Amino acid sequence: MSMINYASREINCKLVYYGPGLGGKTTNLEHIYGKVSPNTRGKMISLATETERTLFFDFLPVDLGTIRGFKTRFHLYTVPGQVYYNASRKLILKGVDGIVFVADSQIERMEANVESMQNLYDNMSEYGYDLTRIPFAIQYNKRDLPNAAPVKDLQASLNPGWPVEDAGQQKVVPDPAHPGENLVDRVSNEWIGHAPYLEAVAVRGDGVFDTLKLVSKMVLKTLS
Amino acid sequence: MAGAASWSFSENDFKQIQQHLLAFLRDSNARCALLVDRTGQLVATVGDAPQFDSAAFASLTAADFSANDQLAKMIGEHEFASLVHQGQKESMFLADVAKRVILVVLFDQRTTLGLVKLKGKGAVESLTKIFEEMFNRVGAGPGGQAGPGGTPQKGLLEGAEDEIDKLFG
Ligand SMILES: Nc1nc2c(ncn2[C@@H]2O[C@H](COP(=O)(O)OP(=O)(O)OP(=O)(O)O)[C@@H](O)[C@H]2O)c(=O)[nH]1
Ligand SMILES: [Mg+2]
Repeated sequence: MSMINYASREINCKLVYYGPGLGGKTTNLEHIYGKVSPNTRGKMISLATETERTLFFDFLPVDLGTIRGFKTRFHLYTVPGQVYYNASRKLILKGVDGIVFVADSQIERMEANVESMQNLYDNMSEYGYDLTRIPFAIQYNKRDLPNAAPVKDLQASLNPGWPVEDAGQQKVVPDPAHPGENLVDRVSNEWIGHAPYLEAVAVRGDGVFDTLKLVSKMVLKTLS
Repeated sequence: MAGAASWSFSENDFKQIQQHLLAFLRDSNARCALLVDRTGQLVATVGDAPQFDSAAFASLTAADFSANDQLAKMIGEHEFASLVHQGQKESMFLADVAKRVILVVLFDQRTTLGLVKLKGKGAVESLTKIFEEMFNRVGAGPGGQAGPGGTPQKGLLEGAEDEIDKLFG
């Protein structure tokens, strides 16, 4: 949950990078760590196994600028993607303000992506959070690999949409990043919402900051 | 609930919290006390300024505490209301405050675990009162949203869409 400190004039928000093992969550944070000026970021903490797999979480605090005199500080976390670590993965979701789902585009990882997405829904609902109503975006990572599935297939499996029941939100919302596509749309008499998505090659940094900006902007807009 | 609600505290709340922490340090002879919220955000620090990265420290504290919460449940305890990590020279004592924040006390041989625990109990009680009052103020607590003095905080950034867009331009 975002914490607003009127004494130090700071807004603190928590973003969590979720997704299947080896999908590239830690790589996203490493890229941000390497590119952001040391004045605007803190130390990166990685609780990992000897083989560099995330064991509990990675943590990186970054300042994204000042709004209305308040410093906006985002705490970025990754979860361990391996199925086995669900208990600790769930703990990291506590108090989350925004989520990035890092999907592995490789065809072979489709099942792992779907399983992880389902696990995210389940863990969120155990906390009473509704994934369709909090800032949430999907990053299709590893677009550089020859065995990357087409984005439309990934969309069909991972972002099929949810029913939009709130009458106030039943209007077409175009996706600013993908001309001709809509985030909220009417499909045979039903209103369907989708999470915004991006393509990325996290090892090269492509799409990493776009993803961070997209979700942190969504988080700040929930306060406006 | 859509997601986690936000919470906030005023300068006044902050001063009260600091006063209680300072009194506790004086009584216990501990070196430093930190308050960390359950999501790992640092709320306050008093005493000797820590030599380490306090944001990293706060996130590890919250993770440590929540992992131990789960361990408690597994062995049939409701919770471990406090934890102790004892080193050769430096030690730490952690205690739950109002289920929302964690009091972390750093201490060395100038005092004893017994004294820290004893004085810590009183500090936790008074801090719990302050936090509960804060949360009760028109929904500033879990699930609600309020700003300083209970004014709705929704709208803190109201009309700031342009500024937000510009920030991410
Ligand atoms: N080809 C390619 N490899 C990538 C990309 N992003 C990450 N990788 C590689 O994928 C491997 C796993 O990346 P991590 O960032 O550790 O994955 P993770 O999601 O944190 O994995 P867990 O910690 O197990 O959940 C590493 O070897 C990365 O270098 C990408 O865009 N393209
Ligand atoms: Mg990782």
